[in-house]
Amino acid sequence: MLYFSKIKLVIIYFIIIILTLFSLANFTNIDDKFLFSKKVNLGLDLQGGSYLLLEVNSHPLIKQKLQNKVLSLRKYLKDEKIKYKNLRLNNEKISFQLDVNETSKFEEFFLNKKNLINNYFQQYRSYEMDFSVEETFVTISYSKYGLIEIKSSALEQSLIIVRKRIDEVGTNEPTIIRRGNDRILIELPGLDNPNRIKNLLGKTANLTFRLVSDDESDFGSELMPYEDSEKQLKISKRVMMSGDNLINARPTFDNLNNESVVSFTLDRVGAMKFGRVTTDNVGKRLAIVLDNKIISAPVIREPILGGNGQISGNFTLQSASDFALLLRSGALPAPLNIIEERTVGPDLGEDSIKSGAISLLIGFLLVIAYMLYKYRFLGIVANTALIINLLLLLGMLTILEATLTLPGIAGIILTVGMAVDANVLIYERIKEEMRTEKSIIHAFDMGYKRAQSAVLDANITTLISAIILYSLGSGPVKGFAVTLGIGIVTTLFSVYFFARHLSSFYVMKNKDKKISI
Amino acid sequence: MIIRLPQDFLFTNHYRKLNFLSLILIVLSVLIILFKGLNLGVDFKGGTLIEIRMENANVNIGEIRQSFLKMNLGDVTVKKFGKKNDFLVKIEISKTDDKNFIKTINEKLSADLGAKANFRRVENVGPKVSNELLQAGLLAISLSLAAMLIYIWIRFEWQFSLAAITALIHDVIITVGIFSFLSYEVNLSIVAAVLTIVGYSMNDTVVIFDRIRENLRKFSKISISEISDTSTKETLSRTLITSVTTLLALLSIYIFGGAILKGFSFAMIIGVIVGTYSSIFVATPILNYTKVNQKTVLKDKDSVENN
Repeated sequence: MLYFSKIKLVIIYFIIIILTLFSLANFTNIDDKFLFSKKVNLGLDLQGGSYLLLEVNSHPLIKQKLQNKVLSLRKYLKDEKIKYKNLRLNNEKISFQLDVNETSKFEEFFLNKKNLINNYFQQYRSYEMDFSVEETFVTISYSKYGLIEIKSSALEQSLIIVRKRIDEVGTNEPTIIRRGNDRILIELPGLDNPNRIKNLLGKTANLTFRLVSDDESDFGSELMPYEDSEKQLKISKRVMMSGDNLINARPTFDNLNNESVVSFTLDRVGAMKFGRVTTDNVGKRLAIVLDNKIISAPVIREPILGGNGQISGNFTLQSASDFALLLRSGALPAPLNIIEERTVGPDLGEDSIKSGAISLLIGFLLVIAYMLYKYRFLGIVANTALIINLLLLLGMLTILEATLTLPGIAGIILTVGMAVDANVLIYERIKEEMRTEKSIIHAFDMGYKRAQSAVLDANITTLISAIILYSLGSGPVKGFAVTLGIGIVTTLFSVYFFARHLSSFYVMKNKDKKISI
Repeated sequence: MIIRLPQDFLFTNHYRKLNFLSLILIVLSVLIILFKGLNLGVDFKGGTLIEIRMENANVNIGEIRQSFLKMNLGDVTVKKFGKKNDFLVKIEISKTDDKNFIKTINEKLSADLGAKANFRRVENVGPKVSNELLQAGLLAISLSLAAMLIYIWIRFEWQFSLAAITALIHDVIITVGIFSFLSYEVNLSIVAAVLTIVGYSMNDTVVIFDRIRENLRKFSKISISEISDTSTKETLSRTLITSVTTLLALLSIYIFGGAILKGFSFAMIIGVIVGTYSSIFVATPILNYTKVNQKTVLKDKDSVENN
């Protein structure tokens, strides 16, 4: 166990030097192009920032899609002259009654793989809709895979729009990733007040232009509140134009009325539609509605034909630019709910780094002092191994671009405490061997050999805990698992390669003297 | 630290009474957990946690409580946290759907106290997420226990596996029991601590087991009770030195690591102490009770290597 071949030594010291360089690079400001420019990522709890978990609320979308299905069903039944009654949409289920002799005809149509209402998904070997017939009652609802399709396509679209909105706000290196079937995880480093982002993400940004109804006609209109007041206005249900036709929007200042407004540009189709609506309804009021709230309802003074318009609505400069941003990024397919939020201010992050560093330093010094007191010279070996271990650990974290969190720092300190264990196991064993063994070289050799299985078992058990923690934990806790796990690997390396080589060097030099440990 | 045991000291002589003590501690812990319950943090119960620092102002904790009371947010607890003028507020409700929830609280609080409240940390966890986190936490602990059980079974024999797992469960229950007794908050970092305790305690147990197995292979005539005693004594100085270095590191986190790591390091300190104790006085005795002998460890093929 004490012999090292030359090639092995070269590899060992090469690894140590490389990782040491990587770890030391964290404390310098070397130019980015340089090889060792990687740095350990600091977690949100150390650098400050916001973590948001959003969930796509797909129920409105499902309802809307089912309403479309109802329309297509009606059309089909009418075209085929199939009599039906009591067609309703309730609790995300479509139900209706057919004549007894026509249910099989409908079933045949509905389960035809080429029909246009109930899509067949080749990849899942399943239909989009579940379908059941009880006597004359037919019930249709989305199947498991139909729902997955809706959710995942809504999630994909939402991801794109969320990215657009956050990018436009211009935060520093945001992380936006998909989580499971219906969630989006957002990390915004350095952001200590997520309120603006929360507000931007909280809006579906469904923009519609609708006429304000005349007081007499109740049919086909609804009462809708204003965005910024309790007032309500009765407006038509008919959508004259939607935000889909918008190609640009930006905040501008209206010098005439001395207020911030949002100017928009429409695509060709939109410009034509808008031209027609404004020509036909001069003198009437056109309501601009965002997510079922009225932004403003100005009177149409003259036809607007160029496809350019302005929206006013008591905007401040900030709210005008946020409104324009929402219009530019487009509407979300479904509302997003924030289901988890964690924000750490930058000053707390700094404090955490400070207290983490202090406790690491003190823990380290305490352990080093204790080892020196217990083992004298071998204590120096163990302590050198411990320092190397720390450098290796930091180097590995840097190379892997792991994220260091506050619990992660605790993991490093804990590694310091537990890392000496491997050396302690070996030294205690050597002591025992020396009682029966005359040759010191032999005693060291046997000590290393016999302690090996205990050292391995002891470290693997901790490694198992770290792996489980990593796979099931989240955020800061994951950071702890990472440092603990990598710490075990670097510990074994530093003890079995580095410290063993140091002690073998020491033993070979002093093989004739009497050594006590 | 040098421990000198009296010449005739036998660990085995103390097994019964200490096992009885452990049993009492476990029963007490379970009763406390069942009847007093755990002080679950927002991670597991849902709700809102706000760490507040009052800038340039001396604020009385009562004023903060009063201000929150006026906001009608249900159950709110306010306590001091770390330095003077730092407070930790826990609100029962999470209201993740109201985007201005936190902002409104900040405005009202600042207005009431007449000074700017700096929200240094906000954690707002909805009921769905907290449920999932709780399940993931419980799953992680159960999985790690199961993984240890299997690992020791593969490396040793079932008696060793049973003994080690009993010791682990002993450690987990007592640590959680102490948290319940002291009403300390249980959050994600406590789960991390418990998992680490599982790893640490296992580590400690395995070293003694390794020695017991080695000695069993060497001596066929000696009873398991004597072998446990000898093995425990042979590994005792290692057990204690490692516990001391780990505790030194943990104490350093507990004292200097800031308020956020207090609960985590406290749990670990308890765990290391209980884990060290359980390796010697819970895991090892079970090997005696299950009458492990040389045949148990010679069944496996790797026994050829011994002399």
